[in-house]
Amino acid sequence: MNEPPLAITLNLCLCHGCGLACDMQGNPQRCVRCGAPLHWRKSDAIARSWAYLLAALVLYIPANVVPVMHTSMFGSSGGSTIIGGVVEFWKGGAWDIALIIFIASVGVPCIKFLGLSLLLITTQRHTDWALRQRAQLYRFIEVIGYWSMLDVLVVALVAALVQMQELGTIEPRPGILFFGLVVVFTMLSAMSFDPRLIWDGATPRRDG
Amino acid sequence: MTKTSELIVCEYCDAVYRKTSLARHQRSVCVRCGGVLQRHVGLTVQQRLALSVTAAILMVYAHFYPVMSIRLQGVSNSATLWDSVQILSQGSITFIALVAALTIIIAPVLQVLLLIWVLAFAMLRRRSPAFALCMRGLESLRPWNMLEVCLLGALVAVIKLAGMLDVIPGAGLIALAALSVVLIYIAGRDVRDLWDRL
Repeated sequence: MNEPPLAITLNLCLCHGCGLACDMQGNPQRCVRCGAPLHWRKSDAIARSWAYLLAALVLYIPANVVPVMHTSMFGSSGGSTIIGGVVEFWKGGAWDIALIIFIASVGVPCIKFLGLSLLLITTQRHTDWALRQRAQLYRFIEVIGYWSMLDVLVVALVAALVQMQELGTIEPRPGILFFGLVVVFTMLSAMSFDPRLIWDGATPRRDG
Repeated sequence: MTKTSELIVCEYCDAVYRKTSLARHQRSVCVRCGGVLQRHVGLTVQQRLALSVTAAILMVYAHFYPVMSIRLQGVSNSATLWDSVQILSQGSITFIALVAALTIIIAPVLQVLLLIWVLAFAMLRRRSPAFALCMRGLESLRPWNMLEVCLLGALVAVIKLAGMLDVIPGAGLIALAALSVVLIYIAGRDVRDLWDRL
């Protein structure tokens, strides 16, 4: 199959606001249709994406070490971390719920850390290795991104429910703030990355 | 050169194609990177407006009725979505309440309001006032709507607490489930076609 022409060679630029292919003759600053600012590539994509990713990585440590909630019920009380919650479900026999929480709070963030680092490093090295697969990896990261918010919302709901004075209370703890920030920062990191850079740096394919 | 509005640019690799008309269940895919270029829009403007109004009604239930309630030794307590945002706002972690509010209340509410506004005018075959602003608003709100995550979270919370006390799912939970399904239908990328239609 013939390789399709590229927007940049036709002097076209995709508007991220409305999806219009804008004619760049005369160097317009904004999309003629929706008024969103136009740029060939997202500005400082690599640097911004790294910055958000590293911030998320740093925050991921307290997110796992600091308790996410504090339970006091039936006379006993204690804090629990994210992993602690998973282990509790696992031991209690609810392996399926344990698996869901594990995937959402450990699996998804780790896949995002590894995947985005891989994309950033390979893009910086201008390699033409596995172009199509890397594009797919980016889309995968985009799709799974927000599911790691699960734990934050679970803690919020559970804490809002269990407020029964002396019978028992569950309170959110700072761990959930760190974890929420990890989710937000990894989402921002993925949004700042420009997948077109994967193709830009690569040498043109000979079989095209 | 053909008019640029008949062209479509792959957002993942910058390849340029001519727009095609798609039949039901069809979508066009970029030959270079495999990204989806176009999807068939199965719903008419009228149907989408009807679903947006449905979403607005469901939203009232999802926000004002408890998502679930618990009972322990005769004492009971219930929580709405707003309660769960509020509980996060206490103490040093206030910021996360803002994030939670954005993802389960602010983003979905704004999305539905903007959709109703834009689609109601689209029914009259004209662009609404501040059309560009509304459309770009919808575009930037989309990634932050996490109602389906909230739904899964509610189900996890039910199971988490079921071992310790009685948990009763409330009307809010059913509304939340219906709402997240409706929003998947209407709040996606498809609104972009209004740019071409109007």
